[in-house]
Amino acid sequence: MISINLLALFYLISGVLFILALRGLSSPETSRQGNFFGILGMLIAVIVTFLSIGNFSTSFIYVVVFLLIGGSIGAFIAFKIPMTAMPELVAGFHSLVGLAAVFVAISAFLNPEAFNLGTSGNIKLASLIEMSIGAAVGAITFSGSIIAFLKLRGIMSGAPITFPGQHFFNLFLLLLIIGLTYFLCSSQSSNFFWTLIAISFLVGILLIIPIGGADMPVVISMLNSYSGWAAAGIGFTLENTALIITGALVGSSGAILSYIMCKGMNRSFFNVILGGFGGTDQSSKSNKGEQKPVKSGNSDDAAFLMKNASSVIIVPGYGMAVAQAQHALREMVDTLKKNGIKVSYAIHPVAGRMPGHMNVLLAEANVPYDEVFELEEINNDFANCDVAYVIGANDVTNPVAKTDPQSPIYGMPILDVEKAKSVLFVKRSLSPGYAGVDNDLFYRENTLMLFADAKKMTEDIIKSF
Amino acid sequence: MEIDPFVFRLSIFILSIFVGYYVVWSVTPSLHTPLMSVTNAISSVIIVGAIIAALAGNNEKIFNEASIFGFLAIILAAVNIFGGFLVTQRMLAMYKKKKKK
Repeated sequence: MISINLLALFYLISGVLFILALRGLSSPETSRQGNFFGILGMLIAVIVTFLSIGNFSTSFIYVVVFLLIGGSIGAFIAFKIPMTAMPELVAGFHSLVGLAAVFVAISAFLNPEAFNLGTSGNIKLASLIEMSIGAAVGAITFSGSIIAFLKLRGIMSGAPITFPGQHFFNLFLLLLIIGLTYFLCSSQSSNFFWTLIAISFLVGILLIIPIGGADMPVVISMLNSYSGWAAAGIGFTLENTALIITGALVGSSGAILSYIMCKGMNRSFFNVILGGFGGTDQSSKSNKGEQKPVKSGNSDDAAFLMKNASSVIIVPGYGMAVAQAQHALREMVDTLKKNGIKVSYAIHPVAGRMPGHMNVLLAEANVPYDEVFELEEINNDFANCDVAYVIGANDVTNPVAKTDPQSPIYGMPILDVEKAKSVLFVKRSLSPGYAGVDNDLFYRENTLMLFADAKKMTEDIIKSF
Repeated sequence: MEIDPFVFRLSIFILSIFVGYYVVWSVTPSLHTPLMSVTNAISSVIIVGAIIAALAGNNEKIFNEASIFGFLAIILAAVNIFGGFLVTQRMLAMYKKKKKK
């Protein structure tokens, strides 16, 4: 048994270690150490919790067994998961945090004595409010993340699902949650608590279904943020410093990532959340115009262009992840380098389906991280580069974002691929990108379209070299 | 009059949001995916609540209404803790610098 004050100090240490874990991520060199701090913080939190209860009876053994069951499942997933599936994995993990928050809130509600929150049917008012917030946000995180997971995995269509009055209905449900919290506090009746959780699950689903597939970077970041706020809510209920600190850290981390993603698309947060962007109607409208001529080529043409180049910039996008082309791409770059060509990679903030998605895939393919650049770092270099190799990206290169105020992507920061002497576009067809906007770049004089699967084309270029 | 302990917890909470804000802005964009997986792992510190809930059952009846939710939460949080930290470790191990020749 350790005293309650000592316990609180240890939780504070855990919290500080978690801060250091995030701090470590400021550079790849310190990141591994950061992760170690995170593990240490978790270990301390779990061990002192055991010591504080001091109940090493049969139930303790069960706790360890359940912990190991969950742990082995987690470890198994962590080792087996392919890097291309990271967005789904993170969404799935978020749902677990959300559900765990709901479960902890439920057991605190059913057995408040164990947490010093009063007695059943007579729970402290503040605790009830905190519990309701934790449970509601947790439930929203859970069901929202499940929908995000299904969309990312392709089990559910990425197309936005909307119905009339959707936003009013959501607003009504949110007000209902607040009302239920009020009635719960005044009556202490468990019925209100269960209804509250059920409605929160529904809200989670309704919030995510109208958001389209390529807005997933925002959704994932947002759910990341929610899982933090849920943890903080439970932290207040349990009067646990480690949980409060962590919840605040994760909550603000997710919020910042959402902000960065929205800025990468020049859209407001509300615009994304209200959803319904990128329906197919827009694309059919813009395609009505006459067929403009495009130049298309094969792997030999591409290899020829690159052979004569002195610098090449690679622009990867979600298509690279889908085609699993990252390894082939790195081999191609190795070939280029052997021929004395300077190669760098340009990553748009919203490339892929989650923040940093492309960076992880390139790292997996052994691309050194100091060859990979962010938009602001590399955008001026396009003007001096001979070939831009666009693999699986589209909207993020579209010059229309700068020129046409009518376009839905107007104002979005883009990679200045158009300034390169020649542009190679690996794409399966001329279809417009997610935003439903035709890409001007396809019809330029200096653009060569390579119609093929990203991986196959890249492999063929290596052979033609 | 004494200050309600809630006020202290609220202070910790608000200050942590600010710490989080500045720390996360210093995270390099190329590590945003590991950032998400590690925040995921640390938010599973919610497991401490699950452990308290699970151990609250008495010895005659280990699995009662309330503790069962604790046990379930332990499994979920444990999946996240091990999965989150390990997958982060796996990702971070891949970030390499250019070899100097």
